[in-house]
Amino acid sequence: MADDPTPLKPQCEDALHEIYHLLAGELDDHKRHQITQHLEQCSPCAEPYDFYAELRRTVQQRCRDTAPPSLLARIEAAIQHEPH
Amino acid sequence: MADQARFAELAMEHMSSLYSAALRMTRNAADAEDLVQETYLKAYRGFGGFEEGTNLKAWLYRILTNTYINIYRAKQRRPDETDLDDVEDLFLYNRIGGLEAARAGRSAEDELMDLFTEAEVKAAIEELPENFRMAVLLADVEGFSYKEIAEIMDVPIGTVMSRLHRGRKALEKLLYEFAVSRRLTEAQPDIAT
Repeated sequence: MADDPTPLKPQCEDALHEIYHLLAGELDDHKRHQITQHLEQCSPCAEPYDFYAELRRTVQQRCRDTAPPSLLARIEAAIQHEPH
Repeated sequence: MADQARFAELAMEHMSSLYSAALRMTRNAADAEDLVQETYLKAYRGFGGFEEGTNLKAWLYRILTNTYINIYRAKQRRPDETDLDDVEDLFLYNRIGGLEAARAGRSAEDELMDLFTEAEVKAAIEELPENFRMAVLLADVEGFSYKEIAEIMDVPIGTVMSRLHRGRKALEKLLYEFAVSRRLTEAQPDIAT
């Protein structure tokens, strides 16, 4: 937060900035290695990383709907009616 | 002409995830079903041009996204501007990250799942301005790469990244508002609505 009493070290700032990209698997090997190493050595950075990893899992799991069986039947019927 | 059996074998397994995305886009079950059906019909008609080995799921999402934009966007267009100036990096973590850890014997991470109900997470996603919503859905729910999303949405990768940046912030803000409204955390004066 803005009123955080201790200024962040550059490597912390870097790691925190990349959390979403790391979680999305979007960092190149070098960057990913650099940040995962940092997270192993810096618990104040590891904590928000774990938090956002769990947030990602939560959002994914909470957004899973199952299509009604009638939809499959509708689609199959519609495809049957397509010209062959 | 496309081989029906082969098409069904490859494409139908994605129906529930397409339906989930369609629900987040249209926000109602009847429109979502129509959108998925239309997507499969178009995919079937174009299946002759689909090359096996290329990414079928991304191709289906591309058709879903285009179909949604063509059919539904006109009638529910909403501006993408949303006030995110007060949303800093780590917004949600800074507000609720330590909350659960304070409770004895439970880690912060394990409880996020309990903190937000399925209805709340879905509502938060559905509240996002449209372009942000699509980007967040594709990246953080469906797990597509930024490059795939650029292809699905037919925009440059820089646009995908800026929509994601803003969409993720907006989602954190909305989730926080749910947490506040359920009195699970103390409202901050500038955030509470």
